[in-house]
Amino acid sequence: MNERTIPSPQPWLETQQYWDAANDGILLLKRCLDTGKVFHYPRAHSPFTGSANTEWCEVSGQGTIYSYSVLNRADPPYCIAYVTLKEGPTVLTNVVTDDFGSLRIGQPVRVEFVASENGQKVPVFRPC
Amino acid sequence: MSLKGAAYIVGAYEHPTRHAVDKSLGQLHAEVALGALQDAGLTLEDVDGYFCAGDVPGWESQGAGPLSVVEYLGLKLRHLDTTETWGSAYINLVEHAARAIAAGKCRVALITQAGRPRAEKFSPAASHLKQAQSTGEAQFELPYGPVVTNVYGMCAMRHMYEHGTTSEQLAWIKVAASHHAQHNPNAMLRKVVTVEDVLESPVVSTPLHRLDCCVISDGGGAVVLAHPEVARSLKRPLVTPIGAGFTVKHLNGGYFDILASGGVQTGAEAFAQAGVTPRDIQYASLYDSFTITVLIQLENLGFCEPGQGGRFVADGGLISGVGKLAVNTDGGGLCSNHPGNRGGMTKLIEAVRQVRGEAHPEVQVPDCRLALAHGTGGQLGARHGSATLILEREA
Repeated sequence: MNERTIPSPQPWLETQQYWDAANDGILLLKRCLDTGKVFHYPRAHSPFTGSANTEWCEVSGQGTIYSYSVLNRADPPYCIAYVTLKEGPTVLTNVVTDDFGSLRIGQPVRVEFVASENGQKVPVFRPC
Repeated sequence: MSLKGAAYIVGAYEHPTRHAVDKSLGQLHAEVALGALQDAGLTLEDVDGYFCAGDVPGWESQGAGPLSVVEYLGLKLRHLDTTETWGSAYINLVEHAARAIAAGKCRVALITQAGRPRAEKFSPAASHLKQAQSTGEAQFELPYGPVVTNVYGMCAMRHMYEHGTTSEQLAWIKVAASHHAQHNPNAMLRKVVTVEDVLESPVVSTPLHRLDCCVISDGGGAVVLAHPEVARSLKRPLVTPIGAGFTVKHLNGGYFDILASGGVQTGAEAFAQAGVTPRDIQYASLYDSFTITVLIQLENLGFCEPGQGGRFVADGGLISGVGKLAVNTDGGGLCSNHPGNRGGMTKLIEAVRQVRGEAHPEVQVPDCRLALAHGTGGQLGARHGSATLILEREA
């Protein structure tokens, strides 16, 4: 089966750290220091308070599938998913597996990093 | 402020084309504008307020877009409003137009919508590659290939997980649309289909089948609102918005419920403003980009309890004269028309036909005086604009 080509992200200045960390195999998210909540997608301002009082934090890379859908019309088919991370937020991602038929909502998954078109690594998740 | 009697919808027109290979986008806007004005008994010269969304020609060009289409149409304006919330925009623009008229900003308001994705060979499976890279979320989403079908697929998957909804129940939404579309000579898909037909069509993105998806069509539509004095001088039924709601629902930093669309808020707001309940509504136009869109909106707007949508739509629940609630009696986006990948205008127009008593006799709700139109523009499972409008025909 041919591999899916992953379009490369175009980082912003305020998110370059996230993508650099991904290349090192680390999943970073942002924490709102006013509320203590970890949020996604990362940005300079907290989506809860608007404050720029935020910091990067390394997260576990563990989560569960909130929902997913396998796009059969694509060649090759791929699975898009919302994964709820152990630290709280739900993130859009791909779930990678050899067996799409075995996927279930609620299933535990773990992060791994795969190269996109230009070599920049992006986080995806695999059942564990 | 209540909208009742502040302004009236006096003109409505849906372009009959579904494949506009021989017409420009500007031409489509002009044709629907003229159609709606003729329906009202007005002309372009009467229009002093124009309302549009991002489907006008040149939207992406600096200094063009709305200004260009105003020039193309030769309008002489006192008021312009451009609100881009995709397919929901036109339903929301009715509220804007009514308020602008009530505020004295204009007396005759024209809203147009048009598009030609079919002529331009739009491909849903590659749609994410054309999305702007310049938004905050793009870098965190586009690598994963969120097209339209798989994001809605995730909504359906979650609904099935939480509520036990089945593909058979979703299929009933398409079946109802096809029952209505057989009476619409302009509908793209006029063949009545069965639940089995839907389930036997190929799975596009799990769990959605090809027949769970709306058509890709060209065309458009327009409506005209007028000041009460103007409206009473015309010969059309007096149809007034009595309640409206609007919001933008988004992913909220990663804390969201994919099954709660903006309709939860906009429905409650519109019903409160109108002083009616979902049980009073005789006809509903519900955005039907996919079958699941209808199901979630039925629940979010309060037509049934959360999780009960599957039961509500099953066994012909949405078929006019058969079910509990007549929905999308023109065949909707699922069978008739989804011009420019924006279904809000056609939703609005069929609601106007119903309260005027001008729907096809086979699908007309008897003495329909109260109708609802609701739009979800953008993506249900991600960020979207939600607009609800409740229309009443005065005796």
